Amino acid sequence: MSVSEYTLKGIFKELMRYKSALVGLAILAFLVILSLYALIFTPYSQAGEIWNDQNRWLAYPRNAAPEWYNFFSSKKLPPSILIGEGLPNHESEEVERNGYRVITYLDSFTYNYDDFPSELVLLINTTYFGSPPTVKVYWVKPSGEELNLSTYRPRNISESIYISNNIMLERELEEYAIDKLGFTPNYTITIPVALFMEYKGEPTAMKGNYKFKVEVTLYNRSDTFSYRLLMHGKVYGIAGTDIYRRPLELGLIWGAPVALSFGIVASVTITFVQLIFAAISGYYGGKVDSLIQRLTEIYMILPFLPFVVMISLLYGLDIWRLLLIIIVLSIFGTSVKTYRVWVMQLKTSPYVEAAIAYGASNLRIITLYILPRILPPVVPSLVLSIPSYVFLEAALAILGLSDPKVVSWGRIIEEAFAGGAVYKGYYHWVLIPSAMLILTAISFALIGLALDRIVNPRLREM
Amino acid sequence: MKIPPLAKVLIKRGFVLFLMVIIVTYLTILIANAGGYVDEILISDIKFNVAQRVSANPLYKGLSIEERNKLIERLVENEIRLRGLDQPFPIRSLIYLWNALTLDLGRSMYMTSDTGSRLVRLIILERLPQTILLFTTATVIIFFIGLFGGLYLSRNFGSFLDKLTIYLSPTSAIPGWFYGILLILIFYSYLHVLPPGGMVDYPPPEEPVAYFLSVLKHMILPVMAWVISSFFIEIYYNRSFFLTYSTEDYVEAAKAKGVPPSQIERRYILRPALPPIITSFAFAVVLSWSGAIITETVFNWPGLGRTLAMAIGFFDVPVIVGITVVFAYLIAATTFILEIIYGIVDPRIRAGVEGV
Repeated sequence: MSVSEYTLKGIFKELMRYKSALVGLAILAFLVILSLYALIFTPYSQAGEIWNDQNRWLAYPRNAAPEWYNFFSSKKLPPSILIGEGLPNHESEEVERNGYRVITYLDSFTYNYDDFPSELVLLINTTYFGSPPTVKVYWVKPSGEELNLSTYRPRNISESIYISNNIMLERELEEYAIDKLGFTPNYTITIPVALFMEYKGEPTAMKGNYKFKVEVTLYNRSDTFSYRLLMHGKVYGIAGTDIYRRPLELGLIWGAPVALSFGIVASVTITFVQLIFAAISGYYGGKVDSLIQRLTEIYMILPFLPFVVMISLLYGLDIWRLLLIIIVLSIFGTSVKTYRVWVMQLKTSPYVEAAIAYGASNLRIITLYILPRILPPVVPSLVLSIPSYVFLEAALAILGLSDPKVVSWGRIIEEAFAGGAVYKGYYHWVLIPSAMLILTAISFALIGLALDRIVNPRLREM
Repeated sequence: MKIPPLAKVLIKRGFVLFLMVIIVTYLTILIANAGGYVDEILISDIKFNVAQRVSANPLYKGLSIEERNKLIERLVENEIRLRGLDQPFPIRSLIYLWNALTLDLGRSMYMTSDTGSRLVRLIILERLPQTILLFTTATVIIFFIGLFGGLYLSRNFGSFLDKLTIYLSPTSAIPGWFYGILLILIFYSYLHVLPPGGMVDYPPPEEPVAYFLSVLKHMILPVMAWVISSFFIEIYYNRSFFLTYSTEDYVEAAKAKGVPPSQIERRYILRPALPPIITSFAFAVVLSWSGAIITETVFNWPGLGRTLAMAIGFFDVPVIVGITVVFAYLIAATTFILEIIYGIVDPRIRAGVEGV
């Protein structure tokens, strides 16, 4: 590769003629818009905190697949269903028994899915004096059977009762189901399964109209009571959720600016600093040159990743300091040697000699006459190296060196690995952040390779 | 006796490379010691040795625990002074440098080797062959695919396969370990045909042949991941490279003379293209040492990289420092070996022409 005749503007114009580059630019535009969206709607400093706050995600299902999963699967998975106070099909009737207020609530909903919800949570809000209300819960299946889901005494003003975690109830319902089936099935009967199952050898949900009945006894005139039933589904949103119930779509959006800025800042800074060192080395020659050359040789032997690992671990660096270390450990990379050769070619070119002759300062010659000329041929490798830094961040996350305060795609993948996604089959948890990384990589690669063909005309001819 | 030029070059290069290793090792020590870790490594090593010596010595059997602790403390202090570890850091660091260069890497804090030793050197040396096995295999396979694929496409440039390769070359922006994750999902989680990681089945087969086959089976996915990641770009670069050489004037002249195409390829294209190709191979091998770290972590391959990832998990600083030093040696050794090969294939170096 030799120094070419292009200007940066000319390169860009030429780039628009490549279809592959246009595809790359379109993907890049999408990622940039995503990043801007993330930065505008959730300040960067808050995103990590929100992401790490486990209590914030309680209303989301655990390990839910993305919603579009249902398009490709014949077995339809249910989304989360919420019924109760303030929602449609919620009726109540109040009577007086033994001097106490007894309210009977009835919710009905239609269930048309093949799989079962993952959890059932009864969210209760109540105020009482003296004795807490008695809450009897019943379940009516489309077949008309009524199941007793046990009695609860909520003691807090707002309480979440995890009905699906009630072991006693699970045993009762299991016995009931086996009785109905007439045999012990080869699948486990959990509470959601028992509540929704069709009595068959295969685990399928009974479709139709379900009723949820709550009978509350209030022991005081002024007591209040309201509830909602949250049936956690198995699909959620565009990207599903992880084992901590976090919606992955948010993580993906918040990870976009981190990935882009990490890759671009690393690549641009490293390339520019390398160019400057190459220019100094090639232009001045002599002792400075040999010093810089020796430094590049040391950098060749320097085990890059172990060094980054060691520094990041011993000094507990956050992601941006880590970026700085990566830059420092790359500025004397082997590219300095390549760029230096170009500088040396340029140094003997007539216009630089003319500049020296009329007394231009060295600084002026380097910054105005040499650097702009070697910039165009460097641009392709600059763009092509961006993905490697994006993946480097992900790689460090895989090694367990991610910044706990930052949401990054690599960290999501690492958590998926640690959460056993590969073994338990939560494919979306790994595949969707991976797809984001792949999109980023492909976009820069498409642009970079097109640029390479533009500034290296010899490649284009072939 | 006259030293042949190649040997002269190699001696010079070997010397320079060793100097570089010394510098890198010293840097490692400086970085690790800014956190005070190197001191800790050595002193804990001494304490361990002294405590063992005292408890093994029947002379001290009669001492109470308190007296014995005092004795140990005194002996440790003596030992520290004896080894010069009470000196100021600049002098101390040179002692550490010597230890590291001679691979006297101290004792790990938590990790043990398979034989139960806590010596960092043993932990590392035990893992080295596995890393070399996996990544040399992968790099060599990629090298030959690139070479022959590139030659084939340069012969048929403009064909469908050629265009396909160009279009698919962006896939190489994704590193091998990342393909590894996807391959595990496909071949283990979904198809259940290949193991997701490790090096042999558990329990390891007794027979050597079965053992070999088991290792081979575990190597398929990591090697495949690396090959996929480099496949198209390797072929693409080599093809462009051969094409550049095939438009040289001397190739045209040879064609005009009527030299058969196979000979043109071997003598006029491949031969001059060889040194730069070997350089890129050298870089690939050097890079593979770093890439190995994450690939091994993804595939649970019991090599150096996996050990480093585990050391991170345990915060086992002596092991991390040790691995960094060993990696520096590895890279230097790779560079040196390739320097030799380079010398053999490049007639200018063989003849001792200066300024190459």
